[in-house]
Amino acid sequence: MEPAAVLGAAHAIGAGIACIGMGCAGIGLGHIFGNYLAGAIRNPAAADGQFGRLIFGFAVTEAMGIFSLLIALILLFT
Amino acid sequence: MYDPIHQFRIEPIVPIEVGNVDLSFTNSALFMVLTVAGASGFLLLSTRQRKVVPGRWQSAAELTYEFVVKTLRDSAGNEGMRFFPFVFSLFLFVLFANLWGMFPYFFTVTAQIIITATMALAVITLVVGYGLYRHRLHFLRVFVPSGVPGVLLPFIVVIEVLSFVSRPISLSIRLFANMLAGHITLKVFAGFVTVLGSFGAIGVLGALVPLAATVALTALELLVAALQAYVFAILTSLYLNDALHPGH
Repeated sequence: MEPAAVLGAAHAIGAGIACIGMGCAGIGLGHIFGNYLAGAIRNPAAADGQFGRLIFGFAVTEAMGIFSLLIALILLFT
Repeated sequence: MYDPIHQFRIEPIVPIEVGNVDLSFTNSALFMVLTVAGASGFLLLSTRQRKVVPGRWQSAAELTYEFVVKTLRDSAGNEGMRFFPFVFSLFLFVLFANLWGMFPYFFTVTAQIIITATMALAVITLVVGYGLYRHRLHFLRVFVPSGVPGVLLPFIVVIEVLSFVSRPISLSIRLFANMLAGHITLKVFAGFVTVLGSFGAIGVLGALVPLAATVALTALELLVAALQAYVFAILTSLYLNDALHPGH
């Protein structure tokens, strides 16, 4: 096979492997929200005060998943 | 298959060449102007009447202001309020740039890495510059967390330096990749609608599924637009706290 096709195929395989990172980000997000819900059910009055930290933790964890999506998109489109 | 990358092309609207430098007024520049106009117009026009009991628009402007004040004060303390104009400007710029990008055919300014990288560099330059100006070499205490046993200290310092260096990278790429991925996903699902719709009556019925997905994704993207503005502001506040109180 000519080098260009092999490179294209390798890019596609790499993009698929990079998507595993998004699954791991999903696990992390489940941890965060699960712990928040568990705490909120035990102490509903204190739940609203921590909402800001919840959103912040969600955003930085989601960022890691988005970084891996970025690698996949870079591999596919350039 | 429609091309989801085409939306990110920067194209000149008014070509301007100064010597050998291309200073064209591009679609990116146009939307940055619109962002500043939108943010300024929102604040200035809403608070024009300065009622003691605010109406809806003035209330919205005041709530936005107080939201950023609370964020900055909680993260950086009362001393951090000296950076409030900077953080508020960053928050409004990112928010309005993200929101303008949600309209169809409009250009998303924050989906360009050069723009988010410039903002992140500005933040880190301010953090390091102000930290060195205020604390001189004691600023390096930011790399030495308190309560670390002496044996681990060299490793911890190296890790902390690497973590600090990764801050501008993660700050810029977080915003850029969120906007890029969101808009590419939207265009891909919208492309599915047109592709399915071209298959006759059954295709049009089937096209309702990606259409519903596109609507749901648009709602998610609006949430992400506001959220990323908040995350940029709160991370800036936390990094400024490191400049004000190194080693906490």
